[in-house]
Amino acid sequence: MATEKVEPVIQFALLDDLLNLARANSLWPMTFGLACCAIEMMAAGAARFDLDRFGAGVFRPSPRQSDVMIVAGTISRKMAPVIKRLWDQMPNPKWCIAMGNCAISGGPFEYPEQYAIVPGAHLIVPVDITVPGCPPRPEGLIQGILALEDKITKGEQRNLLRRFSRKVEAR
Amino acid sequence: MDEQLLEPVRENIYQLNLGPQHPSTHGVLRVLLKLDGEYIVEAEPVIGYGHRGHEKMGENHTYLQFMPNTSRMDYLSGLIYNHGYCLAVEKMCGIEVPERARYIRVICAELNRISSHLLWFGTYVMDLGGFTPFLYCFDDREQILDLLDGVSGSRLTYSYCRFGGVNRDVDDAFVAGARRFIARLRSRWVDYHNLVTKNVIFIHRVRDVGIIDRDLALRFGVTGPNLRAAGVAYDLRKIEPYEVYDRFDFEVPIGGKGDAQDRYHVRLAEMEQSCRIIEQAIEALPAGRFRNEYRYQHVTPPKGDYYLGFESARGATGYYLVSDGSRYPYRCHIRVPSFGNLQVLTEVLKGTMVADAISILGSVDLVIPEIDR
Repeated sequence: MATEKVEPVIQFALLDDLLNLARANSLWPMTFGLACCAIEMMAAGAARFDLDRFGAGVFRPSPRQSDVMIVAGTISRKMAPVIKRLWDQMPNPKWCIAMGNCAISGGPFEYPEQYAIVPGAHLIVPVDITVPGCPPRPEGLIQGILALEDKITKGEQRNLLRRFSRKVEAR
Repeated sequence: MDEQLLEPVRENIYQLNLGPQHPSTHGVLRVLLKLDGEYIVEAEPVIGYGHRGHEKMGENHTYLQFMPNTSRMDYLSGLIYNHGYCLAVEKMCGIEVPERARYIRVICAELNRISSHLLWFGTYVMDLGGFTPFLYCFDDREQILDLLDGVSGSRLTYSYCRFGGVNRDVDDAFVAGARRFIARLRSRWVDYHNLVTKNVIFIHRVRDVGIIDRDLALRFGVTGPNLRAAGVAYDLRKIEPYEVYDRFDFEVPIGGKGDAQDRYHVRLAEMEQSCRIIEQAIEALPAGRFRNEYRYQHVTPPKGDYYLGFESARGATGYYLVSDGSRYPYRCHIRVPSFGNLQVLTEVLKGTMVADAISILGSVDLVIPEIDR
């Protein structure tokens, strides 16, 4: 079953907003590919799509240094405990993006006689954002990451940096 | 004398798990390493972390329904797998394919092969510590993906081929784009060779590392560029030409002793040969239909078992399909090249250092979900 996220006991509203703003704009994903979607995740981080523009391009090989886990691919029964363990090793606050149909619901591999896969990352870890596609295009992943940033800063209105950047674009 | 007495006493054998989450194993490979200091005493690959039951799905789906699965096994050369699957079913049912479709298939498959090798090149150099070539390669690779995206509608998992043709016709823009890409890639060779091939650090990481010699390769069923690097010119496109490969003039690049450097050179030379095939295929691209008028949706092949081998970007691949005369295959087995290429590592990794293990693992170009299927 999915574990609930641990919220701190004492919260400071303004400081939290500021911290969330910083967190949202410097997400460090974990280098962690399961199948086909991992290639599109790499493509999103490479030359043309360049996740660095959104602060999310610093892929960390270690779960202890990363904020966001992108479950990119089919979760087999053998891999599921490993994913749970990786998730537990990540320090709070942490977020999870289920990338691709396999990580959302088993995708094309979910059929009545399937024995090998776990149909959906939400059965193992709490999923914040789902990015559909088989595999999703890098633009899709970027949209997912932007949606996660909005979620962290609790809505677009409060994302000061984005508002600022829009003003710059408008000029 | 008792053999165990002759073995040196090793007290501090250290067991290290490489993977399943490791940036250099490219997916979900786990290698159990037993280390004596920094030297590997024993290496045991543990597979199955990407098992999705493709073969079982083949038995539960009709022939056409299984098509999308084929590009998800080896997702780096998905179109070549589609191609091979179509060839296998066409051989079973005796479906004729229009000439134009055959050429389109070859062009797209070779483009896919180049994209696969480019991705290998980028990630391998990244494993060895050079990040810049990765960005260059992905930049080039995106050009191929644009071309294939334009004709198939997908960047990675194409499902482009159909029984008796291809899904959509190619247009002039595709042909011009392919020409432009080849010219661009050839101009980039200079950069690649200056950046990587002649780089002293790179040479030290790959020369005489992970030697898979001819005997070892043949014993373990290693195929593809890994086998050709050992000096065996075994390429199914030449030996058992399947489609129209016998009409093109191309060479099978081979290496010498079979170390990581040879594998690197063989793959780079293969990209050049693929460019040559594409050029010839574009020149000779005939007009006509791109798929048969009749759309084969529910094929029912006659009883019997069929095997069709083809050369994917990683080596000799094959579909073994057993038909019982119904719409579903009775058995669907896939021979994947990465499996043999992985097994040989148990021998090759022995006695090497951990840092070299990364270089060796990268140099054999494994796709793990293809092994696990």
